Amino acid sequence: MIKLFKTIWNWLDDRLGISVLLSPMKHIAPEDSKWWYVFGSATLVAFIVQVATGVALAFSYISSSSQAYETLLFITNNAPFGRFLRGLHYYGASAMVLMIGAHMAQTFLFGAYKFPREMTWTTGILLLTFTLGMGFTGQLLRWDSTAAWSVVVAAEQAGRIPIIGDWVARFILGGNTIGGATLSRFFAIHVFVLPGIMFAFIGLHLWLVLRHGISEPPVAGKPVNPATYRAEYEELLKEKGKPFWPDLAWRDVIICTGLIIAIAVAAFVVGPPVLDRPPDPSILAADPRPDWYLLWYFGLLSLIPDRIEGYVMIGFPILIGLCLLFVPIWNHKGERAASRRPWAIASVCLAVIMIGALWWEGEHSPWSPNFDAQPLNEKVVGATSGPVLQGGKLFHDKGCLNCHLIQGFGGRRGPELTYIADKLTRDNLVIRIVNGGTNMPAFGSSLKPAELDDLVAFLETRKRPIRPQDQAKETASSATSTFK
Amino acid sequence: MPPTETAEEISRRRFLEKLSIGLIGLCTAIVGVPLVGFIVAPFFRKVPREWVTIGKPNDFQIGKTVAVTVTDPSSLPWAGVTAKSGVWLRRVTEDSFIAFSANCTHLGCPVRWLEGADLFMCPCHGGVYYSDGKVAAGPPPLPLFRYEVRITNGEVQMKQAIVPISTKL
Repeated sequence: MIKLFKTIWNWLDDRLGISVLLSPMKHIAPEDSKWWYVFGSATLVAFIVQVATGVALAFSYISSSSQAYETLLFITNNAPFGRFLRGLHYYGASAMVLMIGAHMAQTFLFGAYKFPREMTWTTGILLLTFTLGMGFTGQLLRWDSTAAWSVVVAAEQAGRIPIIGDWVARFILGGNTIGGATLSRFFAIHVFVLPGIMFAFIGLHLWLVLRHGISEPPVAGKPVNPATYRAEYEELLKEKGKPFWPDLAWRDVIICTGLIIAIAVAAFVVGPPVLDRPPDPSILAADPRPDWYLLWYFGLLSLIPDRIEGYVMIGFPILIGLCLLFVPIWNHKGERAASRRPWAIASVCLAVIMIGALWWEGEHSPWSPNFDAQPLNEKVVGATSGPVLQGGKLFHDKGCLNCHLIQGFGGRRGPELTYIADKLTRDNLVIRIVNGGTNMPAFGSSLKPAELDDLVAFLETRKRPIRPQDQAKETASSATSTFK
Repeated sequence: MPPTETAEEISRRRFLEKLSIGLIGLCTAIVGVPLVGFIVAPFFRKVPREWVTIGKPNDFQIGKTVAVTVTDPSSLPWAGVTAKSGVWLRRVTEDSFIAFSANCTHLGCPVRWLEGADLFMCPCHGGVYYSDGKVAAGPPPLPLFRYEVRITNGEVQMKQAIVPISTKL
């Protein structure tokens, strides 16, 4: 029986050239390439998970503006394994973004982008761009209220591009507004255009890895010299080279197995992102937010000064993209070891801290009003009747609580007002409320005089409680002055 | 290339090479031009904006701002709920209405009307507008976009809602 199988295999291998096709797996690589070199394989495996789960989801997903939401509900709630598959697709995307980030940081810190691997790096940066494009279009295919409004936000941002902005915005919307043409174009981009381009670029990226070889781990004091590097690398492979499969690939297999298990556990335990309300643009109580991997950019746009916002919105991604693309052009030789390249370490640390901090800000969005703020209770207001109670009610009804925090209740858009009476006098309060201020509307025309009095009466009670020892001091001081 | 190639053979080869490249270009154009045209058509398609009835004048109280739902009359048959748009309508006087786009002029998020505060507020970055649509606070660079409104044959009508791409660099 085994002989028969061998005969069949030999015949198939001869006619199909399977061994030849797989022979690149056995290319010789430096044996020192150890655990730091697994992120590229992990990114590729995450991409394969995305392709497989995406194809499966497409069996039930209908890319029609009117039906996509219903099919997503069906996939999530009714289809066998549907919820799990959606989870795999979502966490697979997250894993791909994380792994591509780790792969990029490792390549940069190891100086692996230097001669002769400049274009390997460049194709990798383009793959990062396409991956983020896949992430954004994928979020839109989750065709709920957040997705529909995210399309509008994307169109508004694109609309700021000089000269062609209006056209690009209309292209994104599929017309003058969201409608029947909107979703299908994102479906085509997400399912056909971007994956097709990515397949081509992954092929090119892998071809370049084979052509120039896997970079050897850097050694401090051994800079890259384009005149001698190739000969040195060949010599290194002769001395210390091992076939990638299976001598080196086992680490990749272990990490990729762990990655898939992590994706599956997250999909099973946490589940896919919850669908928001239907994609009905007449529902105006929507609060669009990007998925986590673009949340840092949302945070950035919220924190930069208004006057330069448009330039940052358009220019920042282009600038970052160009910097990354041209890194190996202006820095293609010299030291590779991170210990001799402090600026490389600083750049990666800065990028991680910046993205992390902006992500945190984007997640908490202190600049967004709190529309769920409930009226303050009597304990917080500190009165059961009279102008203070009325002022407390007005503080909620007039929208002040949406932006200001009082004893932990309300929004964080504006300054906290828990102890505002310690800082502002009655006259200051009146002026600020009537005329408004930086980032605060003027309420002069919408408040009646009696309402203004009540509101100020309430705010005047927002004082730090007097501690017993302070009270004793105050009493003593008062007694002394009376005696004098 | 064989070393004994004659000038005539080179000439013939160059001709066939150019012919092949030309034909490949022609094939690409035959398929590519309609393909690109189909995809970028929304760039250039000018859809005339029609008047849409949104109610009778007495449906709206003077001084009040309410959300009204407008259905796009030119929507595609499979648009479903996405054919709808939300608009904030304010009746200013007996015969004067203002229809505000619900899109914040900052980044297009849907602004909400706070009745008690007489303000529009944006959930995304905290843009605030007064009841007349002027910017009160936050990052919006422009007042809320207004749609044309008219009263005809006892009906309040507005020009078909679009997403206003109003903010430029």
